[in-house]
Amino acid sequence: MALRLPAIMRTTAARLSALYFILFALCAVLLVFYMTSLSASMLNTQTKETINEEVQGLDNAYRRGGLPFLVRVVEQRSRQPGANLYLIADSNGRILTGNVESLEPGVLETDGWTEEPFTYQRYGEGSLDRRAPRLSDLEAASAATETRHAAIALISRLPNQMIVLVGRDLGEPERFRGVVRRALIFALSMMALGGLLIWFFVGRRALRRIDRVSEAGKRIMGGDLTGRLPVTGAGDEFDRLSENLNTMLTRIAGLNEGLKQVSDNIAHDLKTPLTRLRNRAEAALASDPGDPGEGGYREALEATISESDRLIKTFNAILMISRLEAGYSAEALVKVDLAVAIHDVVELYEPAAEEVGVTLEAPAVQGSFVIDGNRELIGQALANVVDNAIKYSAGAIEKPAVRVSITQDNGEISLKVADNGPGIPDQSDRDRATERFVRLEQSRSQPGSGLGLSLVKAVIKFHGGSLSLLPGDPGLIVVMTFPKAKGG
Amino acid sequence: MKILIIEDDREAADYLEKAFAEAGHTAHVSRDGETGFALADSGDYDVMVVDRMLPRRDGLSVIAGLRSRGNTTPVLILSALGEVDDRVTGLRAGGDDYLTKPYAFSELLARVEVLNRRATSRDADTVYRAGDLELDRLSHTVKRAGREITLQPREFRLLEYLMRHAGQVVTRTMLLENVWDYHFDPQTNVIDVHVSRLRGKIEKGFDSAILHTVRGAGYMLKAA
Repeated sequence: MALRLPAIMRTTAARLSALYFILFALCAVLLVFYMTSLSASMLNTQTKETINEEVQGLDNAYRRGGLPFLVRVVEQRSRQPGANLYLIADSNGRILTGNVESLEPGVLETDGWTEEPFTYQRYGEGSLDRRAPRLSDLEAASAATETRHAAIALISRLPNQMIVLVGRDLGEPERFRGVVRRALIFALSMMALGGLLIWFFVGRRALRRIDRVSEAGKRIMGGDLTGRLPVTGAGDEFDRLSENLNTMLTRIAGLNEGLKQVSDNIAHDLKTPLTRLRNRAEAALASDPGDPGEGGYREALEATISESDRLIKTFNAILMISRLEAGYSAEALVKVDLAVAIHDVVELYEPAAEEVGVTLEAPAVQGSFVIDGNRELIGQALANVVDNAIKYSAGAIEKPAVRVSITQDNGEISLKVADNGPGIPDQSDRDRATERFVRLEQSRSQPGSGLGLSLVKAVIKFHGGSLSLLPGDPGLIVVMTFPKAKGG
Repeated sequence: MKILIIEDDREAADYLEKAFAEAGHTAHVSRDGETGFALADSGDYDVMVVDRMLPRRDGLSVIAGLRSRGNTTPVLILSALGEVDDRVTGLRAGGDDYLTKPYAFSELLARVEVLNRRATSRDADTVYRAGDLELDRLSHTVKRAGREITLQPREFRLLEYLMRHAGQVVTRTMLLENVWDYHFDPQTNVIDVHVSRLRGKIEKGFDSAILHTVRGAGYMLKAA
């Protein structure tokens, strides 16, 4: 069975804290180890230097005053508190004077530095020499319990073969090591404590913020698309994450809104023609099958077909707008010359315009007006606008005319389609005209679904451009602005 | 003409079978991609009508499979997907024409008949003739009864398309697609006006009508 960590240990904060703690502890151990070995070797060198100096001093003393002077100096030095180890022995190893009572056997036979630390016993209770230093009761007691100590020493021989030993107790480096060990344990426990505190304050805080984000997320998933993730204003990564998620939510809400609008539109504007369709079929059923005139089967069927064709067109337009707004796959983007697009559409509509007595003109232009786009979509948008302009200019007071022009500046290309019809005098009406299914009062009598301009708007938005309706004098000017093609 | 229909909707398939039969063609129906592929591979069909979404094997994969086996039978793709890039992917897979559902049968019939004619193509001809009307594709000249007629470039292309398919019904959408290269619905009768202008030029001053309107379907160029 796998070991399940308690919930609190499964948080990222706890794991990170533990990891950092282990890393820091390792580093601390390494550092301490390095420092102790460095200081130990420094201490060692220092000890040896001191001993060398002492030996030098004793040597001088012997040379100045012979053995008696040397003995006096040794006895004097032995009495000083915290003194080094001094010992003078004869060539047989019998101790003559000094502050050492006994030694590990064999030490005195070496010449020069002792290779290994050796144990010894200081001159203590019941000393051979009355002038030997009196130990305090405490030191005596400790000497009795731990009578043997480790030391290193330099052993030299006088010209008369007597042995002189100068050494130093190793208790000091050991005490030093003890201090370091205690410091290390202290430091590690402080770090553990610090890690816990950091985890508690930082980790718990992060945890709480993530929990708040999760809760907000749950609420939003529950259907409340207006909900947003909390942003504290600290500008840290949590805030950035929340902000990005919020932007995403806004986009989703927008798409959702679009979807809702489409279904509302379908409910509202497709039901009417469907009802008409049904009524007509019902009326035809109720009529006399032999009657060829009004209400006859044939007429009813023909009307049904044309009504369903209109429905299909409306439906296609709605689908296309939604797909464009939802972000059409941009695979079909190529270089499109808008001047050519205008030429094509004007050429397509010119005879139809002439038929209804409208002059459709597009002055010849110089240069290229290339955008990244979809020729088909642009053609359709332009056709819708030109078709509208022809339709509405037919009621102009003077000679009806539609003028299509193209200009470019600052990386933008503008197409203008101006008519001299009644126009849309009211600003709010002009704003509303591009919304779906909006048919302004003046246009109710004209055929159309009310989707033409919203499709144009969707196409232009898809190309990253903008659509605006401006008042003409008279008439209406539709301005479609597209960004120029990149790299050309 | 022998037509293979691969369409999974029973009602639609039966309707097509009957309607093609009434128009004087033989139609076979297959209701899934796998059997459709087998039929197309073994049978000798003049035209295939393939639905895009099929059970067992997707329509586009059927077409691509046939093309990779060297089968060049013209294919018309029927699809509920009608966006610009859907059409492009359909034609790229090896389809010859693309029709979006719902469609009028007259439109489908006209397109299928044109596709069949493609098998016996007039693409190589440099001069098209219909009665006393003559169109030279190289010199871009049109003559009727020996008299030269001046046409605008677009009118020339319109007449060229009509003459290539002389004796066949050509719908308004087919004209818009093939002469103007647009696939949307122009809402107003723009095509009709172009055709009637052209008709004025090639019929005015001559004895007989040659460019006929087919009610509920489109146009047909046919010498009397």
